[in-house]
Amino acid sequence: MALRRFDIEAGGDSFAFKPETEPNIEFWLGKYPEDKKRSAVIPLLWLAQKDNDGWLSEPAMRTVADRLGMPYIRVYEVATFYTMFKLAPVGKYHVQLCGTTPCMLRGANDLKKVCEKKIGKKMAVTDDQRLSWEEVECLGACVNAPMVQINDYYYEDLTPESLDEILGKLGNGVDVEPGNFVDRLNSAPEGGATTLKEDTLYNGSRNSVKGLPNLPESDAEEEPKSEAKGKPDREAPTNVDREEPKEEKLEAAEEGVEATQDAEKQIEGTRPEPLEIDGKQADDLKRISGVGPKNEDQLNSLGIHKFSQIAAWTPENVQWVEGYLSFRGRIERENWVGQAKTLADGGETDFSKRVDSGDVDSSREEGED
Amino acid sequence: MADDLFKLNIDGKDIEVPKSYTLMQACEEAGAEIPRFCYHERLSVAGNCRMCLVQWKGAPKPIASCAQTVGEMRMNPDGTPPNILTSGDYVEKARNGVMEFLLINHPLDCPICDQGGECDLQDQAIAYGRSGSRYSLNKRAVENKNMGPLVKTIMTRCIQCTRCVRFAAEVAGVEELGMISRGEDAEITTYLEESLKSELSGNVIDLCPVGALTSKPYAYNARPWELRKTESIDVMDAMGAAIRVDAKGAGVMRIMPVVNEEVNEEWISDKSRFIWDGLARQRLDKPYIRENGKLRAASWKEALARTAELLEGPAEKIGFLAGDLTEVEQAKAAKDLAGKLGVKSLDCRPAGAAYGADGVREKYILNPTLMGIEEADALLLVGTNPRLEAAVWNARIRKAWLWNELQVGVVGEPVDLTYSYEHLGSGPADLDGLLDGDSEFVKAFKDAKRPMVVVGENAITGEQGLDVLNAAHQIALDAGAISEDWAGFGVLHNAAGRVGALDVGFVPEEGGADTVAMLSGGVETLVLLGGDEHDLSNLGDTKVIYVGHHGEAGASKADVILPCAAYTEMTATYVNTEGRVQMTSAAVQPKGEAREAWAIFRALSDVLGKTLPYDSAAELREHLREENAVFAGLGFAPGTAGHKVLMEAPAKAQNLDKARPFGAVIEDFYLTNPIARASKTMAECSLMKRSLETPVAAE
Repeated sequence: MALRRFDIEAGGDSFAFKPETEPNIEFWLGKYPEDKKRSAVIPLLWLAQKDNDGWLSEPAMRTVADRLGMPYIRVYEVATFYTMFKLAPVGKYHVQLCGTTPCMLRGANDLKKVCEKKIGKKMAVTDDQRLSWEEVECLGACVNAPMVQINDYYYEDLTPESLDEILGKLGNGVDVEPGNFVDRLNSAPEGGATTLKEDTLYNGSRNSVKGLPNLPESDAEEEPKSEAKGKPDREAPTNVDREEPKEEKLEAAEEGVEATQDAEKQIEGTRPEPLEIDGKQADDLKRISGVGPKNEDQLNSLGIHKFSQIAAWTPENVQWVEGYLSFRGRIERENWVGQAKTLADGGETDFSKRVDSGDVDSSREEGED
Repeated sequence: MADDLFKLNIDGKDIEVPKSYTLMQACEEAGAEIPRFCYHERLSVAGNCRMCLVQWKGAPKPIASCAQTVGEMRMNPDGTPPNILTSGDYVEKARNGVMEFLLINHPLDCPICDQGGECDLQDQAIAYGRSGSRYSLNKRAVENKNMGPLVKTIMTRCIQCTRCVRFAAEVAGVEELGMISRGEDAEITTYLEESLKSELSGNVIDLCPVGALTSKPYAYNARPWELRKTESIDVMDAMGAAIRVDAKGAGVMRIMPVVNEEVNEEWISDKSRFIWDGLARQRLDKPYIRENGKLRAASWKEALARTAELLEGPAEKIGFLAGDLTEVEQAKAAKDLAGKLGVKSLDCRPAGAAYGADGVREKYILNPTLMGIEEADALLLVGTNPRLEAAVWNARIRKAWLWNELQVGVVGEPVDLTYSYEHLGSGPADLDGLLDGDSEFVKAFKDAKRPMVVVGENAITGEQGLDVLNAAHQIALDAGAISEDWAGFGVLHNAAGRVGALDVGFVPEEGGADTVAMLSGGVETLVLLGGDEHDLSNLGDTKVIYVGHHGEAGASKADVILPCAAYTEMTATYVNTEGRVQMTSAAVQPKGEAREAWAIFRALSDVLGKTLPYDSAAELREHLREENAVFAGLGFAPGTAGHKVLMEAPAKAQNLDKARPFGAVIEDFYLTNPIARASKTMAECSLMKRSLETPVAAE
């Protein structure tokens, strides 16, 4: 931890909370009596940081102080004490790399080298203002070490290669879904469960009493759901809530296109044939469990608009799309192809029924952690 | 009462102390000395330096005695009082450890440090430090911070006791100092290194236990052991704060506060502290005579002869005008000479003032006393800004507001006083029917057991000034502020010499001219006793005899200049705004041929053939005491003794709406008298203050 000072120059002269932040401010202020409102200083500083591209400028800090009727020096003390308040600009994607013992033992030092290569020195921001990084103390995800936090989300089980890929994509403006980067669910064993796998453990068949008394017929028949059987049907969180860096970056963006194409070439498998299609003929791919609006957009950009296309994917196609979406085994696990077949034939799956009845908030733009 | 006491056994000695005491206070009560850095009696307890560790037998760890309240301690299992040890191997070892950690990052620069010789860390390192360091890594270095023209910072020396931070927030009432960052990077700073905007900022220099905050003007000037220390009285305002003048050779090197609980506790204002360079500049060190429109140096003999010549005219055409810094002895000698000459025109008050002429002392002093504010529960300030007129007292008002829930109401300029108050009006007319209001303060004021009304000197100066005084007095009576044990009405002066001169009776006699008349050509010869603050532009052909110590407004108008001693150069009597008679001590010799002012008048009387009846200051004081008994009692304020006189209802106040509105009393805190105006440090402060107040023009 080095000396932390406000970047006065980059902070400009003024700051104002975004209108949509106001209800949030009200919420926090509402927690404390009027004469103790300075208790809300940390949440308000945090909101100010969110509204100021991820760092706390001097005018932003003053705005918070004025809101809370606090002397500037008192807010300054708080802002400099907590290192999560950034006093100088950070990139659109700010990487916090965990360097504490478990992560270090699992290779965090190699990840540091990747960051240094891809981004530069600690707390330096890349020229296109997309990336910056720092080393932090334990982020509490030791079971998935080594890991980084990018903006608000965790990217876990990293290798230098996967981090390199993540930073490459983020640096080119391509979003990467947070989560595991090996084939495992949360912190379950890699490659799936290694024990307690028998279905009989979960379907009640081991119970000598067949069928529980007083249980409605239909419920008893339904297969018990287990979190361990697959990812919950939840929209994946994304990291794209930040605005793009404002200035420059035409150049960088062009480089980005090339880089994306390069990345495509490197992906193993076969790219599915794109289909030119009129918008009205497109299927709602979100009806497939595992496809959210973000993924739908990406699939559309690959020229994939219809269930029949997905139903026709070969294993090579699946491998390519997984590589492109950085999904690693998820398409297979969630059986997109099977679902698509059913849907293409005009059938329905459990998930599509829920989508159709509006139970699934498919239009959700971001995860709500 | 026994419930409030707690028994302890300290170093084998049984002792009983109040439960509210800290363990440190208890240990001191038992005669043990406890080392400390962060703890200070007048500040909140921080408990972060850990130097005051003591052993509590049975406790698993050493105890920080400053942060342990006695009442919260437990008895021994067998019911005997807790045993505390303030020395011994255990305590020694604990303190050695703390000291070693403090010294790890403290530079070894004592030889070039201004705190050297009066440094808490240095002293305590001798008692608890190791002979050598075991630390071989790089020491931490901290950037120095700008804190304005008064406080010099060498932040690497800081041990983060946070005394200065607590002082600024609690006593001075300006939350400008803080500790930023954390752990090893922690630093004391003002917000973005802005200058401290307090009239009391210099006190952080005394509070700093190490050499991190030192005096900028005094930097590298002297070592504490080569200074001659003289306890004296400050004359920068009417409080009369206790000070210590440190001098080397003929020069005053610095001024420090001395504890006087009844007046200044242990603080002094920046003006009192940093004025000293003004004592060495623009000084009048020999007599001058104006010849052909130009002043030329002269001998005392010549000057006195010329003065006598000027004073030989008709007595009704001669006037004596005292200034803000006039000491009692000078006023007395001048008055006696005037009496011998038959002069009736004497005045010591600002132009337009009519108060004090009747000689009723209770009506021009601060009866409730400065310390009385701590007993008051409601305070009404009329036409005064104590932050500038009596900065140290303002801190005391703030203290009462902070801890005693003192309610404050203000009739006058709505300025930042560092505490919240209710603004009840801005002009004299608002005093009319003030108590009929139903605002929160008025209610609290009427219900208060010890309400206090303080009128600024400025408010009772000028047209209808007496009416303002009477109106305020009436308010005090109506609110029940005057009773046998409480005299809650008084005047806050802002000139050190005023009350003393009034006590001497330095006011116009029947038929004599007052300040305004004397200054606008009402006399042919005017004897100016200092008085540079008066408006001297309408003197016309009036001949001026100037008795003063700084070449300023008065000297430039003078026909004869008689140089006299300044307050650090003489033993003289001053009476503060409470009516407390105090004496300064001579710390250095008067400059050049300058003499104590009373002696000048004594010599002059000789030349005039009307010799005054005293040959020494002691004899003069004897006369003073005979004529006015107040001068017999040194050091105390009459306080509630004035209640009898104050009980009498004053004349009905009339034409309050015609009275002069309450404006800014002091335009520039740093430049109120000739010594301050000669001081480079004060000029810098004034410049800084003005640049802060004037918005920077867009470029």
